[in-house]
Formats: sequence, C-alpha cells, structure tokens
Amino acid sequence: MNFDFSDAQKALKQQTRDFLRAACDTTVPRRVLEDTDEPFARDLWQQICANESPGIAIPEEVGGIGFGYLELCVVAEEMGRAIAPVPFSSSVYLAAEAILQGGSEEQKERLLPRLASGESIGTFALSEGPGQATVANLQATLRDGRLSGTKMPVPDGDVADLCVVVAKDGEGASLAVVDLAAEGVSREPVDTLDPSRSHARITFDGAEAELLGEAGQGWATKDAVFNRAAVLFAMEQLGGADACLQMAIGYAKGRYAFGRPIGSFQAIKHKLADMYIKNELARANCYYGAWALSTDAPELPVAAAAARVAATQAFHFASKENIQTHGGIGFTWESDCHLYYRRSKLLALSIGSERVWKDRLISGLERQEAA
Amino acid sequence: MDFNDTPEQAAYRAEVRAWLGANAEPRKDRPSVSRRLDAEEGLALAKAWQARKADAGYACRHWPVAHGGQGRPMIETIIYDQEEANFDVPTGFFSIGLGMCGPVMAQYATQEQQARFIPPLMRGEEVWCQLFSEPAAGSDVAGLRTRCHRDGDDWVVNGQKVWTSGAHYSDWGILVARHDSSLPKHKGLTFFFIDMKSPGIDIKPIKQINGGSNFNEVFFTNVRVPDSQRLGAIGEGWQVAITTLMNERLAVGDAPPPDFREVMKLAAACELDGRSALEDSSVREKIADWYVEAMGMKHTKARTMTALSQGKVPGPENSIGKVVSASKLQNVSSFGADLMDMGGVITDPSLMPSDALFQQSFLYSPGLRIAGGTDEILRNIIAERVLGLPGEIRVDRDVPYSDIPTGN
Ligand SMILES: Cc1cc2nc3c(=O)[nH]c(=O)nc-3n(C[C@H](O)[C@H](O)[C@H](O)COP(=O)(O)OP(=O)(O)OC[C@H]3O[C@@H](n4cnc5c(N)ncnc54)[C@H](O)[C@@H]3O)c2cc1C
Repeated sequence: MNFDFSDAQKALKQQTRDFLRAACDTTVPRRVLEDTDEPFARDLWQQICANESPGIAIPEEVGGIGFGYLELCVVAEEMGRAIAPVPFSSSVYLAAEAILQGGSEEQKERLLPRLASGESIGTFALSEGPGQATVANLQATLRDGRLSGTKMPVPDGDVADLCVVVAKDGEGASLAVVDLAAEGVSREPVDTLDPSRSHARITFDGAEAELLGEAGQGWATKDAVFNRAAVLFAMEQLGGADACLQMAIGYAKGRYAFGRPIGSFQAIKHKLADMYIKNELARANCYYGAWALSTDAPELPVAAAAARVAATQAFHFASKENIQTHGGIGFTWESDCHLYYRRSKLLALSIGSERVWKDRLISGLERQEAA
Repeated sequence: MDFNDTPEQAAYRAEVRAWLGANAEPRKDRPSVSRRLDAEEGLALAKAWQARKADAGYACRHWPVAHGGQGRPMIETIIYDQEEANFDVPTGFFSIGLGMCGPVMAQYATQEQQARFIPPLMRGEEVWCQLFSEPAAGSDVAGLRTRCHRDGDDWVVNGQKVWTSGAHYSDWGILVARHDSSLPKHKGLTFFFIDMKSPGIDIKPIKQINGGSNFNEVFFTNVRVPDSQRLGAIGEGWQVAITTLMNERLAVGDAPPPDFREVMKLAAACELDGRSALEDSSVREKIADWYVEAMGMKHTKARTMTALSQGKVPGPENSIGKVVSASKLQNVSSFGADLMDMGGVITDPSLMPSDALFQQSFLYSPGLRIAGGTDEILRNIIAERVLGLPGEIRVDRDVPYSDIPTGN
C-alpha cells in the first residue's frame, strides 16, 4: 500500500504554500473583501498564472502542463488555506473540467489553452437563484444556438470571459459555452456572504451559445464535472479548516484568562481536539477522493461525495469554533476569523449543499453495491 | 396542570393584545425593524416606542411606582413581553439599561439618585451601557485593569474598556475599575455609574463581522467621577458586578428569529429533488429537533413563570437558555442558507426569501454565543453552580492582582 502523495507532489505543495504565504497573506482576501472595485486579486492571479497553476492538470496537447490531478489537489488545498481571492476554482475545477468532460477535440483545442494559461477566465453557471436547480425547474433555455434566461450567483461571473451554462434544451438539459463579451449578455455583481470572491447575476437574452457535448445530455455531464470538482473544492475546504485550527491553537496558547492560557481549559482543549478530529477525517476522505479523481476510478462518485461532505463539515465547524475560541475579538471585522467563516459557507454551497452531496453519496453507494 | 391564564391574567393579556394591535405592526417573516434601519433611526424609533409603552403603563410594569413602574406582579411583565414578541417593534437599545443598570441602581443608589435616574432610564429617555469587559478581561472580568484613585470628592479613572454595546449613543454607563492592584483580584474593585459625556472619555466604534458597529472601545483619560456615584463600598465592586451579571443572565436569553417556524416556511417554499423540501425527511428531522429545543425553552420559561406567578423563586433551569438559543440560531441560519442550495450565499434582500433573514443571522449569530457570557463560561456555571461539581483549581484567586500571569 502506498496511500500517500509522492515526494515531488509534497514538494509542490510546500512550494505552493510558501508562495502563497508570501503572496497571499490574509491582507489580500481582506483587501478584496473590503474593496468593492476589486473583484479579485489581479496581481496574485497573474503570479498564479505565471506559475502555470491553472494548467496543472490540463493535458499538454491542449495547452496545459499535464501534471495530473494529485498535483492539482495539493495546489487546491493551499489555495483553500490561503483563502485566495482568485477565480481559480471557477476557471479550473469547473469551466476547464466541463470542457474536458463535455467538449469535442476541436473545442478542447480552441478553448483550453486560454484557460490553462490564465489568459481567459472561465466559469460555470447552474444556479438561478435561491433553491436547488433541477432539470425540471431550469428556466434558462437553449434554442437554435441561442441562450435566454438568468443565472445567479455565478462565481466570478462579473470578470469571467467565458461561461459554461446549464440550460433547458427540449425535455433535457444541455451544456453550452457562451462568450460573456458577446451581444445579449448583461451582468452585474451580486452581494454574497463572501465578498472576497465576486459573484454575478448574468442575464442572457438570445446570446450566441455553443453546444458542449450532446444536446439534452448536459445534466449527466454536469454531474460528472461536479464529482470531479467536489474533490477539488473539498481540498480547498480542508486547507481552510486547517488554517482555522492553526489560528485557534495559536490564540489559545497566547490568550490568558483567570491567570492561565485559555488553551489550558478543557472546554477549549476539547473544542480544538474536535476540530482536529474532523479535519483528519476530512483529510483521509479527501485523499481517497484525490486518488479516485486521479485514477478515474469507478469509486469516484462516492469518494468525491464523501470528501465533500467531510470537508464541508470540517470547515464549517473549524471556522465557527475558531470565532468562539477568540471570544469578543473573534466577532470583529478586524480579526481574520470572519474571512474563514464567510469562505466556509461560500464553499459549502458552491457546487450544492451538504444535503445534496449526502444524497449523491448514498445514491452512488447504492449503485456501487448493486454492481 | 394547565396553561390557562387566571381570569385576571387573561383579561390583562387581552388588554395588552388590543393595545399592541392598535399601536404596532405584527411581526413579518423578515429582519426586524431594528435590523432594517441604521442605528440613529432605530434609536429614535425605539425611544418613541419605549415612551409610548411607558405612557400606557406597560414598560417595566413590575418595577415600583417610584421608579416609574406600576408595582404589579412580574407575571404581567412576562405576559406583556410574550405578546410584544408577536409584533415588529424596535428592541435592543434599552435591554442593558433595563435588564442590568436599572436593577443595580435600584439596589445600590441613593433615593435621590433613583428618583433622578431610574424613570428616564425606564422611559428610554436616557440610554445606559455596561462598561465591564476589557481587552484582557472578558470571561475573566475580575481581571480588569482600568484603574481608579481617589482625589478629593472625586475618583479619577484611567484605562480602557472594550465591546461596550451602545456606548456611542449612551448617556450613562456602569463601570467597574481597580482601586488597588496589591489586593487579590476580586477584592480590589470598585463600582460606579458614570456620565458618558464626561471629559476624558473617548469612544471608538468597533466594526463587527456582519459590517455593523454596535459595540465600542471606550478610553478613559483622567476621567473624574464624583464619589457620590460609587455604587457599593470601596472594594465591593465585584459583589455589585456579580449582582449585575446575574440580572444579565435573566435579561439575555431569547435569540431573535429565524427559528423552526421560519425554516418550516422556507422549506415549504423550497424544492429539493423536485418536491417540496418540507416533504424531505432530512429536513423534517432538523425542523423537529429545533422545534423540540424551542418548545423546551418555551416551556422551561412556563415553569419559571409559574414559580413567579405563585410568588416563588424560579429554579436554576433558566440557566440553559442562552446556551441553547444562541447555537440554535447559528444552526438554523446555516441550514436555511443550505436549503437555498447554491443560491444560499446571496445576501441582497431583494433577491432572497425572507429578505435574506437567514444570511443576516448567519453573520451575527456567532456574537450571541460570546456576548453576556460565552457558551463555555455558561456551561461552567451550570456545572459548578447548578450541578455542584467542584470548581476549577484557581491560580489567580488569593494572590495579589499584580502577580497574576498574563498573556499577550
Ligand atoms: C456582540 C457583543 C456585545 C458585547 N457587549 C458588551 C457590553 O455591552 N459590555 C461589556 O462589558 N461586554 C460586552 N461584551 C463582551 C463579552 O462579555 C465578552 O466578549 C465575553 O465575556 C468573552 O470575553 P473575551 O472576549 O475577553 O474572551 P475570552 O474571555 O478571552 O475568551 C476566549 C475563549 O476562552 C474561553 N474561556 C475563557 N475562560 C474560560 C474558562 N474558565 N473555561 C473555559 N473556557 C474559557 C471562552 O469561552 C472563549 O471561547 C460583548 C461581546 C459581544 C460579542
């Protein structure tokens, strides 16, 4: 058995962590959070692109560097730890994956090099507002290569160049690529719980849209893309959860009450131990998900859902209990605690809620058992 | 056992309900009026409402007539509060004054001071704040550093308070300061009430994680307080503070909505897997849990009310209130956002169910688990004072304050 990342992958992880520690300490997400005119950290994004991180898992033939998904996973964990305010997840885990999963060879060759280099930012639009999107309730419609309808919240939708949209197409759903600069597209930022990652409401009014994959088969492709993205989002959540734990440990050692460090009280010790337990359970599930993703294993749907559920729970718990460990200061804007609390909820809902992933987990398990 | 009001209580309840119906708007499924307005507008509205209530005889009804109350049984105040909870009225601005400062003044101030200060406090004409917590002393409030020394008929105060809710619009405050740091921590404290407009007081708002700024840093530089504004003896500050904190625990308790009822409405309006989310067993299970908690609290209060209406002292069961309700609010808020799935992160009220009530409360609920005693401190209190478990071994009790270890 060798259930571990290779030395090279570990080195990449360390390198990414060192890079982000220098280029993206918490003042960077805070800057984007507070500055309504800066939808994402452009300077950081440029450096990430110069490091070729967006193309890490994209094959060389289509402009990537073709390392693989384990490499992308370690980078994702560090992006999450740094709560990096960049469109990495939208462009890499969602848009590029959708094109890889659903696109023709021609489309891959045409669209992926720009996403791999970071020259273009991509995103993915499924949600149409509060409530779960299903094939039956989709309002956005694709007809004769034209797309109409409204999508929100679209992550990075205000800055992205291209968008993969899930739209109703006859009885089913299709995926379509839309150039967001095209005629018939209007967009505006929409306020969310985590303004360090911008979101938009995009209205399509007969915008030109290019089919991605077979007409009417888009929902299954979306599910496949989300299974892959779930592992990557979970890695980010894991990084965020670990950052909260480290922050809480540091504070609990240095803060005194009743003449003792608060970390000497068992109420705090047990809280932090519980964080650690949840994080380690999430870590193990995430690594298993990473294995399934990197090997295209048939276990992927279950492994991805398990990673997603565990990491969602771990980050939620760690971010809220990190605030609690800090007491009054944790409830201030000035403290970094809320940056993680906001990000944890954003990531928890990004590709569907915990409830949705639990459901997918059990459905996957049923299929696995039946096979 | 029954839930019937006595004929007298029922008549009073009907009267209150009619008065509220004529004077206030029923509560709607959205953030309350205090959360929709900015602080200044909210305060003006709250002052007007408190005065109207006082004129009608419904404010602090159980307080003595000399303090502006009606000298009526506590149960009438509770009945009024129960009925008022169904209406969208501005709340929050006076809870510290009414819940803590009024009672401490009633217990420790002179007759003349009571006559001067309690009626305007009760009518909402003067707002009060609580200057206890400091950067290095929150849970361990007896560890506070703000100094005071006697100078003629005055005391001179130097130091800093923090998290002082409402300091920026308060007229008066209650303050604990240290007059002698060579004494053990609990023995060197003295308690005052203080004019918030005194020279040398500098108030800086602190921004909260939800973007609002309801609490403040308060700096004291040679602030003079007349000795006549000392409450309790020199060195008795801790006992006075403890009395106040006991009142605080009675005053804070209920968290604002959303609760199970709002989640239930939301679930009925949301779809999960193509059917009403309310039909989903995982959703039903959550709502059931919160219902049980909410009813547990409601009926715990009914037990308290029964004791009060029979003139008995309530049992310790009320101590569970804030631990239960603060976490419930956080969990309910988080789950409400989850029910909206990917759209649940949007905070623009115009795009969201219940005007983004769940998203708003997701951001402010963490504060409720800290304010007025953290979850951990309240559990310690339950364990030690209610259950009689042995206390922590203390390293800070019988040594001079100046020798107690401190961190960063
Ligand atoms: C919204 C809000 C409004 C407030 N309003 C006021 C106000 O108007 N006036 C005022 O005076 N104060 C106010 N406070 C301050 C509040 O009372 C303190 O923040 C609170 O008591 C915690 O103190 P602290 O912030 O110093 O945290 P700390 O005491 O440093 O606590 C940090 C962590 O250590 C834990 N801890 C500390 N001691 C123990 C122990 N013995 N056992 C186990 N765990 C322990 C705590 O539970 C917490 O998790 C307010 C706070 C908030 C959030």
